[in-house]
Amino acid sequence: MFNKVNSKIITWIDERFDLSPIRKLLKYKKVPDHKHSIWYYMGGVTLFLFLVQLLTGILLLLYYRPGEDSAYESVRFIVTKVKFGWLIRNVHSWSANLLVFFAFVHMFSVFFTRAYKKPREMTWISGFVLLVLTLGFGFSGYLLPWNELAFFATKVGTDIVGVLPIIGEDLKIILRGGEDVTGATLSRFFGIHVAILPAIFTVFLFFHLLFIQRQGMHEPEHFKKLPDDKKKYIPFFPDFALKDALFWLIVFNILIFLALFDPWELGLKADPFAPAPIGIKPEWYFMFMFQTLKYLPAHIFIFEGELIGILFFGICGIIWLLIPFIKMKKQNLLDKIMPIAGIIVVAYIIIMTIVGYLSS
Amino acid sequence: MKLDRRKFLNTLLGLGGVGGIFSVFYPILSFLIPPKTAEPTVNSVKAGMSKDFPSNSSNIIKFGKKPVILIKTDEGNFKAFSATCTHLDCIVQYKNDTKQIWCACHNGTYDLSGRNVSGPPPRPLEEYEVKIIKDEIVITKVS
Repeated sequence: MFNKVNSKIITWIDERFDLSPIRKLLKYKKVPDHKHSIWYYMGGVTLFLFLVQLLTGILLLLYYRPGEDSAYESVRFIVTKVKFGWLIRNVHSWSANLLVFFAFVHMFSVFFTRAYKKPREMTWISGFVLLVLTLGFGFSGYLLPWNELAFFATKVGTDIVGVLPIIGEDLKIILRGGEDVTGATLSRFFGIHVAILPAIFTVFLFFHLLFIQRQGMHEPEHFKKLPDDKKKYIPFFPDFALKDALFWLIVFNILIFLALFDPWELGLKADPFAPAPIGIKPEWYFMFMFQTLKYLPAHIFIFEGELIGILFFGICGIIWLLIPFIKMKKQNLLDKIMPIAGIIVVAYIIIMTIVGYLSS
Repeated sequence: MKLDRRKFLNTLLGLGGVGGIFSVFYPILSFLIPPKTAEPTVNSVKAGMSKDFPSNSSNIIKFGKKPVILIKTDEGNFKAFSATCTHLDCIVQYKNDTKQIWCACHNGTYDLSGRNVSGPPPRPLEEYEVKIIKDEIVITKVS
């Protein structure tokens, strides 16, 4: 009975919209099966966590009220009065962190398997933009509960923008909605978090997924060199899709475990006339930059230390974005340098993050 | 110079297009810049009675919209500085054990003259004048 109705519906749609491309994709798409196949699942799980963010974010919107006098109170209301409000907020906060974590894992796995190379340059670029937007989501969302830690993190983060030459000061005022971090900043960050970033993110995500579907999964060098009869593939549907679903389920369980057993604290309400609390630190994914800024002296030559720090990270970001386009006469040498450079970057991020936590 | 009709119209259309884009983005960009609101100029504030302020302690005072840190030293002298760290805008605090002004954000320290002595702060804190008038503390902006 159900199958009959189902096939009737599909036929009805098929007659009008021609579903053969989707049917072809499900039937013929194959995924290489090799010792590094596990990294294929990192992008999917990042997408899954983004969907969790979307759903929990929409739910939180029903009760959250932006404003200096209402933001903190509304989040407290959500976690103390609304049924399962604590769960939704904890899932949103934890999922945001896992999302950033898996986005980084996905990016570095693409880097180390060299999946960014021709013809996948645009996939790398759209992915990099998505990562930057994800960090933007994290930064803007962090302020929304209007608590002490968020207030100072935003003060520091937006002041860093002001350090940029020429446009910095204007950009800072635009971001803050004034000279200082106030209720106006909260309104802007709310708008950025729930409207501007999701709109831009959706466009880049669409193209990112489109590129992947058009070009298929990347085959690493060692796999490409295998004779055809030694190359193993699994069907995308249902094999790969089911494995993907299993991984999503595992991550979902981890997410719920974290939300239940390590709830996200709300802390004290932001007070613009209170000193920065002892042990203040940013979100873990900004820690390596925060720690670097701590070590920089007040002045380097004639420049202020933080300006050098910001420019350093900015230039590193641009180089990272343009990695697929870096060419050398001796390609073999470049292929040897790249993984070493990648390891140095990962080691720097990990070490500075650990040092940051230990020293605070 | 001979200008054919097609080229002329294309140039006109191009200029019109640029003008059209400008007329869309200029108001949007202008809208993003918050208008300057008129703020009452604060030149001095009263910060309570001197006798009620314990030695070797501090308080953050609202000086208009800006935070100012008022410190009473061991010797009973008052000092006031802008409480905004010159590094990245955090609000500083007085450490009564080390007798220094400290910023928790990036571990910057200032001495009791407001000079940046260690950590990343690039400049000293702006100093305010403190007067005691009939035992009342009055903080004044140094012009």
